[in-house]
Order: sequence, then C-alpha cells, then structure tokens
Amino acid sequence: MNLPANSDEILSDGRLQDALFELIKKTSSELPADVEKALLQARLAEEQGSTADIIIGIFLENIQAARSAQAPLCQDTGLPTFFIDHPRQFSTATLTKIIREAVCRATQEEILRHNAVDPVTGVNSGNNMGDGFPAIYFRETEKPVLEVSLLLKGGGSENVSTQYSLPYTALKAGRDLKGVRLVVLEAVAKAAGMGCPPGVLGICIGGDRSGGYGEAKRQLLRPLDDINPDPTLAEMEDSLLVKANLLGIGPLGLGGKTTLLGVKIGKLHRVPASFFVTISYMCWECRRRTLSWQQDGTYVIST
Amino acid sequence: MKELKTPISQEEIRQLHAGDAVLISGLALTGRDNALKYMVETLIEGPKPLATEDEQILRELKEVLAGGAIYHSGPIVKKQNGRWSFVSAGPTTSARAELYQDKVIAAFGLRVVIGKGGMGPRTLEACRQQGAVYLHAIGGAGVYNAARVTEVLDVIKEKEFGLPEAMWKIRLNKLMGIVTMDAHGRSLHRELAAAWDDRLAGLTGN
Repeated sequence: MNLPANSDEILSDGRLQDALFELIKKTSSELPADVEKALLQARLAEEQGSTADIIIGIFLENIQAARSAQAPLCQDTGLPTFFIDHPRQFSTATLTKIIREAVCRATQEEILRHNAVDPVTGVNSGNNMGDGFPAIYFRETEKPVLEVSLLLKGGGSENVSTQYSLPYTALKAGRDLKGVRLVVLEAVAKAAGMGCPPGVLGICIGGDRSGGYGEAKRQLLRPLDDINPDPTLAEMEDSLLVKANLLGIGPLGLGGKTTLLGVKIGKLHRVPASFFVTISYMCWECRRRTLSWQQDGTYVIST
Repeated sequence: MKELKTPISQEEIRQLHAGDAVLISGLALTGRDNALKYMVETLIEGPKPLATEDEQILRELKEVLAGGAIYHSGPIVKKQNGRWSFVSAGPTTSARAELYQDKVIAAFGLRVVIGKGGMGPRTLEACRQQGAVYLHAIGGAGVYNAARVTEVLDVIKEKEFGLPEAMWKIRLNKLMGIVTMDAHGRSLHRELAAAWDDRLAGLTGN
C-alpha cells in the first residue's frame, strides 16, 4: 500500500480515535472469548457447590452483566497499557496524541476509572493523564496495518508481580531453567489471593530489570490456547500451569483446583552476570484486545 | 445464606463463623488507602481539637460506622442529573489497610470489613476483641457488586482524595461475601496459606 510521506491527515480525521475508543470500551467491558472459555472449563474441574464453584459462577455472572451493560468488568482499569506495531510512515507523536484523546474520552464516559495519581502531591489528575500515563510502547513494522493492543491490568495484580535474580538461595534456585520453575511457583504462592486468581502469568526469562518487566507484560497479550514456538518454553508453560494448580490456592485464594488459567513465557538475552526471572501476574479478568486498523479506515478488534 | 443488616450488634457478629456465606444490606462506607490513613492519622490520632471540617466528617462517619460496614473499594461512578451512582465497584486488596484497620474497628465500633485477599494478625485480633468480621467479597466482579449498591447518599473528600479513594456513603442491598476472618480468632487465609506453603515445599523439594 502506498502511503503519503506524512500520514497525519489519515490519522487525524477522527476515525482512528473512534476505533481506539471502541477498543478501550470493548477491552474494559467484554472479556476475551478464550478467557471466558477457560473459566467455564475451570468451573467443571471444581467440586459442585464448593466455594470455588460458587465464586467462578459469580465471575461468569459478572462477565454477562458487564457485556450487556457495556460497563467495566472491574472497577480497576489499571494503568492502560498500549503496545503498538506501526507502519514506518506513521508519526508516533500523532498516534500518542490520538491515544491520549481516546483515553480521556473513555474516562469521561466511565469506561476507565480515574486512575492517575501524582506520587508526590497525591493528586488524582481525574482524566487518566499523567507522566507515563497511559503507557504507550511503539515498534515499527513492515506490515501496512496498524496494530494497537491494549492491556487493562488492575493494581492488585500489578502489586504481586515480581522479579527474581537467580541464584535465589531461599529456594535453592540456581541459574538454570530448574531455578526458573522454582521461583515462578513461589511467586504464585506469595501472590495468594491478592492478585485475584485464577491468574495468567506473563514471564520473561533474562533481559535486564526494565526489559524483563516489559517483555513479561507483553506475553500477556498471547491467547491462552496458543503454543509457544520454542518447544522448551512450551513444555515449561504446560508443566508450570499443572504444578501451580496443585498448590490449591484456588479462585480468589479461597481454595480450589484452579489457581492459574495460563502461563506464557518469553525470553530476552541476558548478560553473563545477571539472570532475571520476571513474572507479570494478571488477574482472572485478563483484559486484552487488539485493534487492526487499515489505512482506509476499516478495522477489526480481536475477539 | 445468612443475612446481615447494618447497624449490626456484637451478638450477631459472634454467631458468624469462618466459611459462612453472607448477604449484607444497609448503610456502609467505602474506604481504602487514603481514607483509612486519614481516619487514623487525622480523626483518631491527630491533634485535638479537630479542624471544623474534620469534626463534621468525624460525626458523619460515626453515624455510618457504628455497628456498620466499611467496604474496601474504589468505584467507577457516574453523575447524572446531579445524582451519583456506582457503575463498577468490586473490592480492592485489603492487605494494604492492615496498618490502620484495627484502629478504625476499635474507634468506630465497626462490625464488618468488606474487601478481598484477607488481612493479617492485627485485624484478626481486633475482630476477636471488638466483635467484628472480615467479609471476603468477589474480586473483579465490578458490575455484579455495583448492582448491589442501590443508593449513593454522600461523598466525602471527593476532590482531595479523587473519586476512587473518596469515602462514599452508600446503601447496600444483599452484597455477597464469605466470612474468612471471624470474631473467634479464626482466619481462613492463615489456614489456607499454611496448606499451600506445605504444597509449595513439596513441589520445590525444599
């Protein structure tokens, strides 16, 4: 597709802002189909009439209620995080401006909570605008389509996300994949009910401290039923899911067979001295969607 | 399913046990990070006499909280024709309130703390001594819980704390929770954590 050298006009006629607004609204009020399906399956595994069964039943009721009211599934819409793959011609400054406008509008329309608090003055900006707020990460792509992925992740689950530096002597976790498995299981146990289990783990093995957190969060965009192209990581994802579910933490940490809905692992090269394992914990309401926007203004939002 | 309606007596609370499912109705107050800090550091432990505004807030809080319930929640709210309503309002993680909650229970005669994720030994001891329970609501169920908030009567510290952290005086109608910390010193959180710590040790060979 041929693009003008400056694509500001294409971006700024209001259609992209409308599409982004719809992306935010859908992400906040409709849980992705794969996550809902995983919860339905999880419920079947729990004993009928158990606390876990009752809790998942209310989760499903909430999913229905939010969808029909087009209201936020959870009041905590987090620090809205956008991952963007953009064609070369698109100005990231213009995209940033349009995203911020869409976020402001979504806040005014009660789709996002007033969540941006100045850490020094304590003042809530009231429109979700602030330093690093919303978070926007850009990557240039060869594809002609603009892809905007949004992750809404509440503070409870962000607070229990964590980073280990191997070796970790408390668990006798060494600088190898066995050590990685040990610290991941500990992180799940330490999160207990505070991250709203059953959760989804985005994990990054390697990288530096900031890169690890970024990649771990990016892993949360993957569908629950995809298969990691790296067979070693694919096996780890499966076995960690099985083992974490043996912990018995259960829905909301009140006991049960379902502690996690999924584990997604990525890797970044590390320096010889460092071996970080970063775990981004996502709550049961894994709110993520992707907008694929063509330059003729047509678009689709992932299910 | 047991039912509670505020104001709640100490006798009613002592009849509840960890594991009981409860529907709670009546007046309640949302209060989380900023609100609890303010209640303890200014209203309870701050220098006396209180400033006029604080004195007024203290009076209003006493009315709601005596025999009442505090809800750890930072709602998404909507104002239409001058009236507020709750759009999405599930519980927030209660552990952050551990430093303050026991003092608020004692100072106001609070009977029910509604939240998620459970609380620690200070709160458990305050529940035992004062006759209060921790009611675990359904985390993430924002729309489900907001539907049980039938009326918003007032908002306190709206500007200063921001909408999520302000204190919202609300009427609940059958909000569902599970008693996970009772007035007899029992905490399901403590018991469950011990069990999964054992399983973690088994799985990691430690």
